[in-house]
Amino acid sequence: MPNYHIVGQSVQRKDAARKVTGRILHVGNIEMPGLLQVAVLRSPYPHARILRIDKSRAEALEGVVLVLTGADIAAMPEVDPFFGPAFKDQPILAIDRVLHVGDPVVAVAAVDRRRAEDALQLIEVDYEPLPVVLDVLEAVKSGSPLVHQEFRPAGMFADLDHVEAGEKSNVCYHFKLRTGDVREAFQEADRVFEDTFTSPPAQHMPMEPHVTLVYLDENERINVWTATQSPSFVRTQLSNTLGLPMNRIRVRVPYLGGGYGAKLYAKLEPLVAVLALKTHQPVRYALSREEEFQTITKHGAVAKIKTAVKNGVITGRRCQVFFDTGAYADIGPRIVHKSGYTSAGPYRILNVWIDSFCVYTNKPPAGAFRGFGVPQVIWAYESQMDIISRELDIDPVQFRMRHALNEGEPFATGTPVHSFGLKESIEQAAQAIEWSRPRPPKKTQRVRGKGIASGVKAVLTPSISGAIVMMNADGSVNVLSSTVEMGQGSDTVLAQIAAEELGVCFDQVHIVQPDTDVTPYDTITAGSRSTYHMGNAVRLASNKIKTQLLSVAAKTLKAKPEDLVARDGRIFVTGCEEKGMTMGDVFLAKFGSLGTTITGEAIYQPSAVPTDPETGQSEKCTEYWFPSASAAEVEVDLETGQIKVVKFISVGDTGTAVNPKHCRQQLLGSALTHLGLTLFEEMVFKEGQLLNGSLLDYQIPSLKDLPGHFEPILVEVPHDTGPFGAKGVGETGTLTVSPAIANAIDDAIGVRIRDLPITPEKILRGLAEKDPEQHPVEASG
Amino acid sequence: MKQEVLLQVNGTEEKLYLEDADTLLEALRDHIRLGSVREGCGVGTCGTCTVLLDGRPVSSCFILAARVAGREITTVEGLGQEGALDPVQDAFIEQRALQCGYCIPGFILAVKALLDENPSPSQEEVEEYLVGNLCRCGSYPDILNAVRAVKDRSPG
Repeated sequence: MPNYHIVGQSVQRKDAARKVTGRILHVGNIEMPGLLQVAVLRSPYPHARILRIDKSRAEALEGVVLVLTGADIAAMPEVDPFFGPAFKDQPILAIDRVLHVGDPVVAVAAVDRRRAEDALQLIEVDYEPLPVVLDVLEAVKSGSPLVHQEFRPAGMFADLDHVEAGEKSNVCYHFKLRTGDVREAFQEADRVFEDTFTSPPAQHMPMEPHVTLVYLDENERINVWTATQSPSFVRTQLSNTLGLPMNRIRVRVPYLGGGYGAKLYAKLEPLVAVLALKTHQPVRYALSREEEFQTITKHGAVAKIKTAVKNGVITGRRCQVFFDTGAYADIGPRIVHKSGYTSAGPYRILNVWIDSFCVYTNKPPAGAFRGFGVPQVIWAYESQMDIISRELDIDPVQFRMRHALNEGEPFATGTPVHSFGLKESIEQAAQAIEWSRPRPPKKTQRVRGKGIASGVKAVLTPSISGAIVMMNADGSVNVLSSTVEMGQGSDTVLAQIAAEELGVCFDQVHIVQPDTDVTPYDTITAGSRSTYHMGNAVRLASNKIKTQLLSVAAKTLKAKPEDLVARDGRIFVTGCEEKGMTMGDVFLAKFGSLGTTITGEAIYQPSAVPTDPETGQSEKCTEYWFPSASAAEVEVDLETGQIKVVKFISVGDTGTAVNPKHCRQQLLGSALTHLGLTLFEEMVFKEGQLLNGSLLDYQIPSLKDLPGHFEPILVEVPHDTGPFGAKGVGETGTLTVSPAIANAIDDAIGVRIRDLPITPEKILRGLAEKDPEQHPVEASG
Repeated sequence: MKQEVLLQVNGTEEKLYLEDADTLLEALRDHIRLGSVREGCGVGTCGTCTVLLDGRPVSSCFILAARVAGREITTVEGLGQEGALDPVQDAFIEQRALQCGYCIPGFILAVKALLDENPSPSQEEVEEYLVGNLCRCGSYPDILNAVRAVKDRSPG
């Protein structure tokens, strides 16, 4: 690895001191005179027609400033009442129909939260219940009740050009991949394996729920402070929604209390903007935790996978994946596309047929969730990899290594893989869990087993990051970037990249927080893309400044620019450190005055070839891949079905780790979330009503759920166009957790679980089915 | 109906006009503007809104403000500020025990109370004490290291 000075160091977070003192800025802490608070009346039905709304008593309540319905919004001539990133299918407030329990119907803005909530009690709404569709496999059948009569593409993203207008179906997007001859592969196979794996809808659970504040400034411009991962998108959405030029809208984002995909695209912003426009007062809407459950979820999915094997080699695979996107598509179609093409796995399989569907149901909308649909498909293919290898009596690690793609080999899309540390990741995981060590005899009530899983996700391509870097005459630097700091450490990593490229100290770099008046466009802070995309933009912009600095210094120092080095805020002749000058000297030499600035700007936009709509083939479907492997050792209690994770290893190919400590935290943090999703997290619905919609009933991992031994391993296969070789890591740790645990359980007790979460009840049922005499199970629901 | 309530917060007496239903969280966040006190669940289970009441950690979203008049309330603002941090705050920084940081003030206060009560807790005692504080970023391993670091540093 080249000799970097700041890149590759686990430097301390820029925001640490502000976070331990509670001084860090969140949207909830912003104060403003006359600030109104919002409460929203939500649908009690999964699908119903709105017959009548009477809001007169609520309007008369003291302290209530505005009571707003969908009809009121539809009557605003300049406002488009529907929004959404893929389809314009979501009304700001319900119009005519409600499509899920918790669908917003009436909004109240009042002087304080309690007044707004009191007003909700005074609103009367009459509904006529309509037929509902809740199951994703029912929803795709013809004759099933329709959630939407038609859908209109939003036209917001280049990579969603392929979503089409449609009607008379609950399938709003269908991804297809066809390569080779799958029929022949199955005909000639000596073994065929067919399995179905399911994942339930679940919650992101950022500890900070969604919150948005909007006010009109002295120029009547729309000013938005919001907890979003996508400030640039929110501005575009509000421009479209309100019919205003983009420079009439200013979106600022302070620090986020977590995001994990929940805070992508527009959520509360259209409603709060309309309330601010109507009331001419600042308005804040902060969701309660219960509302959070009704606002955005992780996609539940059903994945059917059929695999042909001949002579111990996988020759063909057919995947059908049904993603439950709920009542509004949100970014579902992109999730189905990006996860869809990886559904057969990172393996050498010559004949592949994939159908992946984005399906409307009458449930709360599902959107991006750390991993972007890929954990749901890896759950299927990696569980089945173990089923096949055990059935064929081939070691599961060897079976994966036999099929894992090598550098330069084509993925199922036809795209050759590059910077692909998959095999290294599998090997590291196997070694760390002592895979080849003989298993102890299983004699006790608690039985141990080991499992391994691998997989890969591809970064969203194309996408765009712009950055402006300003160097001041004292050598200090301001970086203008719309990347959102939500805990991942982007401020720190971008400052490391700027400092490395410019040759200044890390502490001299300040990252300006997203502000669409000031910071350039960035697609989103998501999908493990910021270190690579924004990192490249910051590096390129910094390089433009450095070129100017070196050319001035070269004249003064009477040296060639290529013989100069910038480091720690000085520029000097290579190998002759005393012959140099400070950045301040360079500015004086260039401008003859201090107080000046040098500015560099760059836009980083990798290209992609769109996947063919019929075959899913593309010369280049993605800019980079991030392979993952997990290894688990579990202990299963045969009496209680309890599962203890004794050891868990999370391995990720991050490319060059710009800040190794952050990378390790990303691997473990995302793995822990997915341990929760694997073992107990699930949104439970009955007839469209959520049964566990609060943190009293929905559990997430606590300190007590940590594995006994919990270890991250970084595999650093540099990417040739990554900033200093970096890729991304935010989602890597999520990808392979669930199948690693299920495979370890199978190894321990010979029970194969196909439906997440893997609860003790399912373990006991599995034991009873396998061996009714040894494990009689009492009848249960 | 608003009533005058006297709260002792971070060593200062605060005179507030509160409704009976106002929670301690609302009093601290909306009236005294202490930015570290944040709502995470509203039902007393996530620990994000933890404050110390006479030195013991409580969920401020689940306590009526008027009920704790006169008792000593501590938030991280009262623990230490930059340049003069509490050893627990220092340990959280050194051990990198934070990511988004939203839950961290609650954790710091809970750790502070734990170590004041029991300067050398076992691993099980630490887990038991902190089980009510949730961190979705998954910083728990680093938080445990921070607890260990304070424990090892304290005299005796």
